[in-house]
Amino acid sequence: MTYLGFDGLLGGLLWLVVHIALALAVILPLLIAIAFLLLMDRKVWAAVQQRRGPNVVGPFGLLQSFADLLKFAFKEPLIPAGADKAVFLLAPLATAAFALAAWAVIPVSQDSFFGKWVIADLNVGVLYLLAISSLGVYGIIMGGWASNSKYAFMGSLRSCAQMVSYEVSIGLVIITVLLCAGSLNLTDIVNAQKTGLGTRFGLPNSLLDWYFIPLFPMFVVFFISALAETNRPPFDLPEAESELVAGFMVEYASTPYLLFMLGEYVAITTMCALTTILFMGGWLPPLDVPVLNMVPGLVWFTLKATFVFFMFAMVKAIVPRYRYDQLMRLGWKVFLPLSLIMVVVVAAVLQYGRA
Amino acid sequence: MTLTVAFFYLFAVLLVASAAMVIIAKNPVHAVLFLILTFFNAAGLFILLGAEFLAMLLVIVYVGAVAVLFLFVVMMLDVDFAELKAGFIKNAPVGLLVGGIVLAELVALFVGRGLDVGLGHKLAAAVPADVANTKALGQLIYTKYAYLFQGSGLILLVAMIGAIVLTHRGARPGVKRQSVAAQVARNPKTAMSVEKVPSGGYTIPEKKAAPALAQPKAEAAE
Amino acid sequence: MQQALNLATLTPLYPEIVIALGAMALLMAGAFRPAGAVSLKARDGEIIGWAAILVLAVALYFVAAGPSWKVSLFEGAFINDGFARFMKVLILTGAAASLMLSFDYLKEHVPELFEYPVLLLLAVVGMMMMVSAGDLIALYLAIELQSLALYVMAAIRRDDVKSSEAGLKYFVLGALSSGMLLYGASLIYGFTGSTSLAVIAQVAQSSGAATNIGLIVGLVFLMVGIAFKISAVPFHMWTPDVYEGAPTPVTAFFAAVPKLAAMALLVRVLATGFPGAAGGIKWQQIVVFLSLASMFLGAFAAIGQTNIKRLMAYSSIANIGFALVGLASQNEQGVQGVLIYLAIYMAMTLGTFAAILAMRRGGAPVEDINELAGLSQTNPSMAFILLLLFFSLAGIPPLAGFFAKYYVFLAAVKAGLWPLAVLGVIASVVGAFYYLNIVKIIYFDEAKPAFAHVDRNVFLVMAACGLFVILFIAAPSPLVDAALAAAKSLKP
Repeated sequence: MTYLGFDGLLGGLLWLVVHIALALAVILPLLIAIAFLLLMDRKVWAAVQQRRGPNVVGPFGLLQSFADLLKFAFKEPLIPAGADKAVFLLAPLATAAFALAAWAVIPVSQDSFFGKWVIADLNVGVLYLLAISSLGVYGIIMGGWASNSKYAFMGSLRSCAQMVSYEVSIGLVIITVLLCAGSLNLTDIVNAQKTGLGTRFGLPNSLLDWYFIPLFPMFVVFFISALAETNRPPFDLPEAESELVAGFMVEYASTPYLLFMLGEYVAITTMCALTTILFMGGWLPPLDVPVLNMVPGLVWFTLKATFVFFMFAMVKAIVPRYRYDQLMRLGWKVFLPLSLIMVVVVAAVLQYGRA
Repeated sequence: MTLTVAFFYLFAVLLVASAAMVIIAKNPVHAVLFLILTFFNAAGLFILLGAEFLAMLLVIVYVGAVAVLFLFVVMMLDVDFAELKAGFIKNAPVGLLVGGIVLAELVALFVGRGLDVGLGHKLAAAVPADVANTKALGQLIYTKYAYLFQGSGLILLVAMIGAIVLTHRGARPGVKRQSVAAQVARNPKTAMSVEKVPSGGYTIPEKKAAPALAQPKAEAAE
Repeated sequence: MQQALNLATLTPLYPEIVIALGAMALLMAGAFRPAGAVSLKARDGEIIGWAAILVLAVALYFVAAGPSWKVSLFEGAFINDGFARFMKVLILTGAAASLMLSFDYLKEHVPELFEYPVLLLLAVVGMMMMVSAGDLIALYLAIELQSLALYVMAAIRRDDVKSSEAGLKYFVLGALSSGMLLYGASLIYGFTGSTSLAVIAQVAQSSGAATNIGLIVGLVFLMVGIAFKISAVPFHMWTPDVYEGAPTPVTAFFAAVPKLAAMALLVRVLATGFPGAAGGIKWQQIVVFLSLASMFLGAFAAIGQTNIKRLMAYSSIANIGFALVGLASQNEQGVQGVLIYLAIYMAMTLGTFAAILAMRRGGAPVEDINELAGLSQTNPSMAFILLLLFFSLAGIPPLAGFFAKYYVFLAAVKAGLWPLAVLGVIASVVGAFYYLNIVKIIYFDEAKPAFAHVDRNVFLVMAACGLFVILFIAAPSPLVDAALAAAKSLKP
């Protein structure tokens, strides 16, 4: 292959080096961002409960996450005697690796100089994300099974059923967006939101064009399904501490536990980013005026994704946990029919509603 | 050797090796995990072929759904593998015979291929490079193959009906079910009643209540 | 050359569309029916059943009203010609009749299940797709659609061990046969470069194709897969067990209808995909073998049976053997013979199974042949109809069964296959022994207690089949002419 003017094996190796560098350029800021998002999560939770939250390590507790990281890393890793050692250690690795892999296709900005800010500009980007998010199940089910513990196994079974159930409605919601955008490429989906409902009525390009307005029911379904898909409260039954201690993670300690937590938070940020891209115009400014256009797309993207994360944190703080049958009922009997009907409606509107 | 070729061999070797492990692995859960690895490598090969849509579908459908079901089954079912192994040895000669015949046929096919009869030159033209393969597939499925596509849909419908017919038991008497509508429709008047409890009374049951308590037990024993 | 898809071009597909939509509508009606009292629920199944018969009738109208010339849709995946229409009429009639047989039985045993007619309708769609399949993919999908519905129907009495066993056995062996069929189909595709039967026929007639081992192996596997479905010996092992275990109305349906569709599929694949006359692949010897083996095994194995459903299973195996004689002839008369045979076979089978359904005593079905003893005294009309049906199955003139065999043997003789015809006649004589034995039991053995009252629908089907068998000689020409026209339409 030819890359940057070099061909043959050299070109290939160069390609590999450049892409590894790109991957690091995405993963490192992402991990640092997650450290602070984790803190934000706890601060929001604390604020809702009228507590102060972490405030000891560093100014305003800003270094709390790093302290936690060190604490986990220096603890002794425990492996239960009856555990399947290889699978037991593979599970947290798989969780973290799959979660991070999703970021390969997420575009965070686009400009005339760098082009698309994305590692792999796949034209089946959405499908790639669906595929990767469906793999998140494996880390959990492997961990639950390999722990050789009843609590862990129950937790993993619950989580597995839950994630598989909500993937269905997430898939259908995404299909409605795809129908509107006419592409499976995530950058194209964002660009398709430059025009839309607002411009049809003669308004300038603005946040009224983004898909969260015409597809509002799907936006809500997607948000709730994303909570369930990432095992966030109020759907955190796999680790429901009042019933299962810590669910599938109960036997984990130290770095493997850290990897599980990391995977979970990366998956949450992925979902935030995906919500931003699909419904909230990605890196597009809320109004197409020079002042706002001056702000880099990455800033808009980060702001929007952080807002979605704030919603995640608020839901965690204020909504009580679902019972398991209620969770399944919501997924299969409410969201699935609703999103199926919406796929039909959206397709019909697009087919017959064109002026 | 370019990077593509290197990746091809990586995927191909891993695919064959993990497929072999599916059969060899003693622990069925490990076998399923190897099966998943096999699917992954197959998806990788699809990508190298330029069929990224198929690759993603393979991962979503087989890895994300089918293999999860397999894992559920092997984890939850109490399968006696020693017994299965005994059956395996008993049936091995027949299996080897059938496998041998099929292998012999494949070898014969491979050898007989030299006999060129002008067959196999009628393959459909490849998709033009500028059409994304999702779009290309869509254009074929909804026109030329619409009939077959709908037929497959009917097959899935039958499978669904079949699963429900054979397993769904309907509402059994005595099982309490949640009715969300009823819960939402409750108001303080219907949900709560204020009872006047006389103060100063004792709550120790009197002695004559004892036989009444014993009675349900006797019924349960019957 | 892609045709535009609109309702006008889809006219030949109307029957399939009507049944598929009808099945879905009935499914919705059944799933969302108001929950009523138990007695009302028991009637729901029957209401949906009659609605299904109405759907079949509408489909029959569309088959009759559809284009009578050859129409090929979706680049040959769906072919509507005289052959397909003839078979579709048979399938729809047979399905409606076997549905009528099922009401009483289902009401008694699985009253809460309304899905039976829905599954039957979907199986019918599969069978209609089978007889219209002009493409290997369409062929496979159609077979899977009908088989999947049939597996569930066999196990529909899920609390009954035998029914579940029948369903599972049928499923496992059916899956095996599908695997072989796919293996064969993929080889054929690999060596011809096309899944369309028309293109395959062109390639198969080119020079060297007749000795191409890939094509031959592929065809053999394809034939094995279909032979499973028509339960031709040596791929018949599942038949007696499944027929015995499945609920009787389901067995009636299995014996009468899906076999027809699979047979039609075999005829179409061999006659249009691999026309063997000039330089093509010599599949005739395989068909001759299947035919002979089926006829003789069916005839001899049935002698020892005491369970009437098992006996009918072997009888159906033997009958498929006779029908294959026509296919082995490789000529138009042969195909005509097959079609006539299938039509008459369907009537005889449905009639006999109606009688088996009527064999109930004290609320439970009895299946031993000896229970029929002295039926002529307790229920003379039923005994007479059974006499007609068994005489016809045995091939005694002037009943319909005789003509069925006459046409296939005639075709075989014309094609120079007179040894096959002679052996066929011998097998038919052997077979006559056990049919006549039952007639003897009915008329000359000491009477057993009378059967329970026969359901009206069941008796209707039984009587209609009896009438057909006896009246066929009066006016054979409509069926014979239609079969000839259908056979001619297979010519490209």
